Amino acid sequence: MDYMTLFIQQVINGLHIGSIYALIALGYTMVYGIVKLINFAHGDIMMVGAYTAFIFMTTYNQNIIVALIIAVLFCSILGFTIEKVAYKPLRKAPRMWALITAIGVSFFLESTVMVLFGANPKPFPAPQSSLIKIGNLQFSQLMIISLVLSVILMLSLERFIQTTRLGKAMRASSEDAEAAALMGISVNKTISTAFIIGSALAAIGGVLFAVAYPQIKPMMGVMPGLKAFIAAVLGGIGIIPGAVLGGFLLGLIESLTKGFLSAFWPDATLWADAILFSILILVLLIKPSGILGKNIREKV
Amino acid sequence: MLEVSKISVTFGGIKPVDEFDLKLNKGELVGLIGPNGAGKTTVFNLLTGVYTPSHGTIKLDGKNLTRLKPHQIVKKGITRTFQNIRLFKSMTVIENVKVAFNNQLHYSLYDRIFNTVKYNKQEKWLHKEAMSLLKIFDLDNEANELSTNLPYGKQRKLEIARALACKPKILLLDEPAAGMNPNETNELMETIRLIRNKFDITILLIEHDMRLVMAICERLVVIEYGKIIAEGTPEEISKNLKVIAAYLGE
Repeated sequence: MDYMTLFIQQVINGLHIGSIYALIALGYTMVYGIVKLINFAHGDIMMVGAYTAFIFMTTYNQNIIVALIIAVLFCSILGFTIEKVAYKPLRKAPRMWALITAIGVSFFLESTVMVLFGANPKPFPAPQSSLIKIGNLQFSQLMIISLVLSVILMLSLERFIQTTRLGKAMRASSEDAEAAALMGISVNKTISTAFIIGSALAAIGGVLFAVAYPQIKPMMGVMPGLKAFIAAVLGGIGIIPGAVLGGFLLGLIESLTKGFLSAFWPDATLWADAILFSILILVLLIKPSGILGKNIREKV
Repeated sequence: MLEVSKISVTFGGIKPVDEFDLKLNKGELVGLIGPNGAGKTTVFNLLTGVYTPSHGTIKLDGKNLTRLKPHQIVKKGITRTFQNIRLFKSMTVIENVKVAFNNQLHYSLYDRIFNTVKYNKQEKWLHKEAMSLLKIFDLDNEANELSTNLPYGKQRKLEIARALACKPKILLLDEPAAGMNPNETNELMETIRLIRNKFDITILLIEHDMRLVMAICERLVVIEYGKIIAEGTPEEISKNLKVIAAYLGE
């Protein structure tokens, strides 16, 4: 395989994994936009989504589409409940408290799944798919389906935010929650919506991730969750197109270091995460508010 | 129509508003004045549900609003503008107004996804209403500009237009003339007169600009240290010794 083919192959892989990061990053960014909370349990919602799909595919013999829909419903309810039980009582408390609570919720979800299903990885029954070959390039149908699905979801979310009543209310609340409330917008409702949509996307991200790397374990949400968080920060936290951009960028960087750079430098795979995080630090040094972020001046 | 009786609020031993009474009659334009730190904005925050009073009741047309949340109070008919302009900066002029119509729209996500007649009808109605509101304030030519790109005076106007989009019975204006030069203030007075002509509305405003207050208010309420020290027509207030003492110090 020549270098050009290898490069294009890795770009496709990067877009695929990047789209999953982007889906998860959207949840981080929407919640942060309105509540100013980094919901560290978000990666674990993704894990719960994968497990839910797994149970319905193995125990109840459902196909992956049914399992995906059930996972989405279950995670939406879970996200909604977590917000009401764990975060809402702390809404007026210092943000640090809510952050610590989020870490607590994260441990709670991981431990619960560990107790119920054990700590060992389980093989995820991803459907078989045929390979598509174009010249020397090859990719599976599932990859294409996953990428297309993610893009459709992101575009729908953008339409939702721009053109619906609830979407506009979310934009207003994320800019100035108090002013929005004084214009008749129920901030509670918009916060719940953000958690429901975020968790639904995380569930889809979880299932797509499990299809891409067909093995699930209770800690599987930690690394992708962290990377999605980085994606959100990289693009500019609180900004929805930023999360998408950050997700794709992260996926591309990761897969290019692992798959392309390693052709010249065998150790690159080991260094992949270090390279990723270095890029994050660099971007934030140059532009602390993220790529699409606006520099906010403090009011005097 | 609005009856506020003996509302107080306490913040850790301080009482910024203490047994405050207020009655607004339908269609009135009342000024709430007082020295800095007298508790004027706190009164607004109590009336709009940002703070919950520790004592007292707030009633609008006989309905109790005392413990309602801000967005519920808006539905009952009280909205406000802010001392420091708080427009939604990333939105255009018309979007700012449209957001405030939120409560008056009744379509579901289903209607949006399938682009139903209901959705299209309501969005059309919304656009028409928003545009005609902007037209009244002479903002229709800037409808698609970002709200931050408007000059200061127009931002003030837009904030008032946004508040009116909530279809309030009572409009609270928090220092609408703050930071304005005399010309802009004159224009603002015109705007306020215009609102009274075009809308069936009661206005309560906080203002430091005495020229504006004396020119347009029908009745004034003066507070100091959270308590009412005088009430009356602008002429009466301008001669009231207590008020003069409060403003100038004894």
